Amino acid sequence: MEDAELLDRLLGGDETAFTELVRRYHSTLVRVARYYVGTEVLAEDVAQDTWVAVVRGLERFERRSSFKTWLLRICANRARTTAVREHRTIPADPSPAVATVASRRFDEGGMWVDPPVPFTESVEFRSDSGALVTAVRAAISSLGEPQRSVVTLRDVEGLSSDDVASLLGLSVGNVRVILHRGRARVRDIVESSTKGNEQ
Amino acid sequence: MRWTAPPLVCREAVELVSDFLEGSLPRRERRRLERHLAACDACDAYLEQMRAVIAASGRVTADDLDPDVLEGLVTLFHQYQQES
Repeated sequence: MEDAELLDRLLGGDETAFTELVRRYHSTLVRVARYYVGTEVLAEDVAQDTWVAVVRGLERFERRSSFKTWLLRICANRARTTAVREHRTIPADPSPAVATVASRRFDEGGMWVDPPVPFTESVEFRSDSGALVTAVRAAISSLGEPQRSVVTLRDVEGLSSDDVASLLGLSVGNVRVILHRGRARVRDIVESSTKGNEQ
Repeated sequence: MRWTAPPLVCREAVELVSDFLEGSLPRRERRRLERHLAACDACDAYLEQMRAVIAASGRVTADDLDPDVLEGLVTLFHQYQQES
């Protein structure tokens, strides 16, 4: 069921519509909040407060943006306020130019000496595409901030780069750079795990 | 005479792959990368790995919601309904 239909039902007081929206978006709210606040517990509080604000403000939602965008903006605003209150420093913008593939993998002329092999050809992923999803999930969880939030919101949640930038208070250019480095790191971790298993 | 950028080497090409997949490379850079990929199986494999990672990311499902969290939120929902 589309979000808009769930909203109509929620406005009519339908509890199942509320629980379905919570199931769809709660973990994303926690992810956005966690980018700003210091602990998982605080992030969970911010996410829960967001739902309260949503239920209270639902009749005023004019549907000029998608429900998802509206919901995440409320969460980001609350998380920013909480972060200011706890004097927390938000993860820094990316530093300029670092290579995302280890330099030892290239020769002096910049050509591969240890070239990558498509994951579709690796033993563990060839027969079980679920194994790649599991490996990618673990790799994303291991990323530091701000890469983890950017990769999660863009590639897992499928938000646009513009929405990611606005939710995390970054420029679109910085989102692109952070996304590039985060994806490259995930690729590197997944690739290393396949090489480790071959030995 | 028009200035033509020199061909990319692999070390440079891998740094453009994410922007290429985002569709955010300027046209000239995109063409340079496409020319390189057409001639380089290793960088083409790198691109395929990156595509596979992004596709797999899209299949990562949300963490299962803690039943206590859901129950607490439903209670809040009922409280609000009674107030309003």
